[in-house]
Amino acid sequence: MELFQNSLNVLVLGSIYVLIAIGLSMIYGILRVLHIAHAGIYTLGAFLSLSFFLATGSFWISLILSAVISGLVGVLIYRYVYYYVLKEKRIVPLIISVGLFITMQDLYRIVYGPYKHPFPLSIPIPSIRGGSFYISPFQMLILIITGSILVVLYFLLNKTRVGVGLKACANDPQMAAAVGINTKLTISLAFFIGSALAAIAGTLVGVYHNNVYPTMGSMVSYKAFVVVVLGGFGSLKGSVVAGFLLAAAEVFLVAWKGFFLPRDTIGFLIMILFLIFLPNGLFGKEER
Amino acid sequence: MGYLMTLGIFASIYTILAISLNILTGYAGQVSLGHAALFGIGAYTSAVLTVNLGFNYWLALPLSIVVTALVGALLGLPSLRVHSDFLVLVTIGTNFVVVALFKYTPFFGGPYGIMGIPRPMLFGKTMDTFAYFLYAVGWAIFTILFTYWMSKKYIRTAFEAIKEDEEAAEAMTISVPRFKIYAFAISAAFAGLAGSLWAHYMGVIFPDNFSFSKSIEIMTMIVLGGMGTIRGAVLGAVLLVFLPEYLRFVSDYRMLIYGLIIVFTMLFMPSGLLGDRSITWKWTKLLKKGD
Repeated sequence: MELFQNSLNVLVLGSIYVLIAIGLSMIYGILRVLHIAHAGIYTLGAFLSLSFFLATGSFWISLILSAVISGLVGVLIYRYVYYYVLKEKRIVPLIISVGLFITMQDLYRIVYGPYKHPFPLSIPIPSIRGGSFYISPFQMLILIITGSILVVLYFLLNKTRVGVGLKACANDPQMAAAVGINTKLTISLAFFIGSALAAIAGTLVGVYHNNVYPTMGSMVSYKAFVVVVLGGFGSLKGSVVAGFLLAAAEVFLVAWKGFFLPRDTIGFLIMILFLIFLPNGLFGKEER
Repeated sequence: MGYLMTLGIFASIYTILAISLNILTGYAGQVSLGHAALFGIGAYTSAVLTVNLGFNYWLALPLSIVVTALVGALLGLPSLRVHSDFLVLVTIGTNFVVVALFKYTPFFGGPYGIMGIPRPMLFGKTMDTFAYFLYAVGWAIFTILFTYWMSKKYIRTAFEAIKEDEEAAEAMTISVPRFKIYAFAISAAFAGLAGSLWAHYMGVIFPDNFSFSKSIEIMTMIVLGGMGTIRGAVLGAVLLVFLPEYLRFVSDYRMLIYGLIIVFTMLFMPSGLLGDRSITWKWTKLLKKGD
């Protein structure tokens, strides 16, 4: 039954990757900015949830509060940083984003201290135990939350005016503005949704591993790009598929003891090969 | 005094590193956030050659420069297909992969690195800190002079052309692939030199010396000093080596300050402190004219 446990791990790990990558992919699709500071938001989400949880004792309230605040921070980053450098070469926002990310990371270290904080949560979800398999409550939690978010997001993007606006902005911001879409507001919304999802992902990881620490985003920040590259930039469907694919590659290569490099490196090797040989990823469109 | 010498040696090594990144990023426009990987390859080559294989330092130094240049040329190959921000992702990925290779290959000493790297011998005796200081400063001056000489040559014009517009450069009969590889190789050669200097001064190297945050540090230096200029790279390197030592709060909040420097320099003065379009440099020019 090792296969079953590994598949379960793939689903859980993949869910996290997907939640982070959706925001990145949306933001890249619209602004053509590689938003590395996204992982800073992810860590922020985890810390905020932890703080609210310790203050209120309710997991759901703290999760929602943290997602909303992190979403707003994401909007601030767009309005007060990226907005002013969009006309520069694409390198400029990227370097700024790296700068923002390390600033945020060090801020968390100063505020919360450099050590790992436990996330003392117990949730009333039963664990499922079959003859030889076992799904822990936290794994259930991650799967349920990710599943419902994906469903809601699907309807939001495909069945509502907001979704049409987002797609129009991703297609051609100037044209979208010309037909009366408030592009600034729509892009802010993309940042809000993406950042809120990243915060939820950060919280779930913190709960799952029972620790939250300032540098928890440093590997994730670049790995999320692996997912986005794999799925094709700007393609949300691609990000979802690629998130689970990357998780599968990692879990099964680690389970198969023959691979000599640590898990995190696998993703980077895949990314480098994809960027060189298949720069549009699995589902991406031709770069315009 | 020995402390000051050590800082001088670090400043020289970082000057070489900053200038080498400046050749690649400032001149040829190929932004790399994986420069520490090349620094590490230089250091590890030199260390492996002298410690594990018993080579003489004076043979190991040129070999490590050549090896790093070759690896740099190899790492430059993706730049022929991948552009601007995607290239940055590739270089970041490369940095992680290279550090992981150092860490998980027993040949490179694993996470404990390589110890007992000898100081070079000169005229029959081992260099002390003062001699090594002069030696490192000498290499830094050589790097500055070489880059200055290069910047007066055709190759610099070709680099600028590639940076501004690859298609236009191609139309002007500049071979874009060739000069991109040159930029990577030359830049890597100097990074390798810096790595070797570092390894033989420290005597011990760890994989984490060459991690991604080191790449950010080097990038901060040239962003702060002013991209595309030798004076900017030198100023940035010297500032970022000496500031944390003399201002306590700078060393406590090192990464925070580097991050803020990057964000604010890029937002408000994209030419850095001494770049061609920076206010400071314009003033200096006015003063020189004497009117």
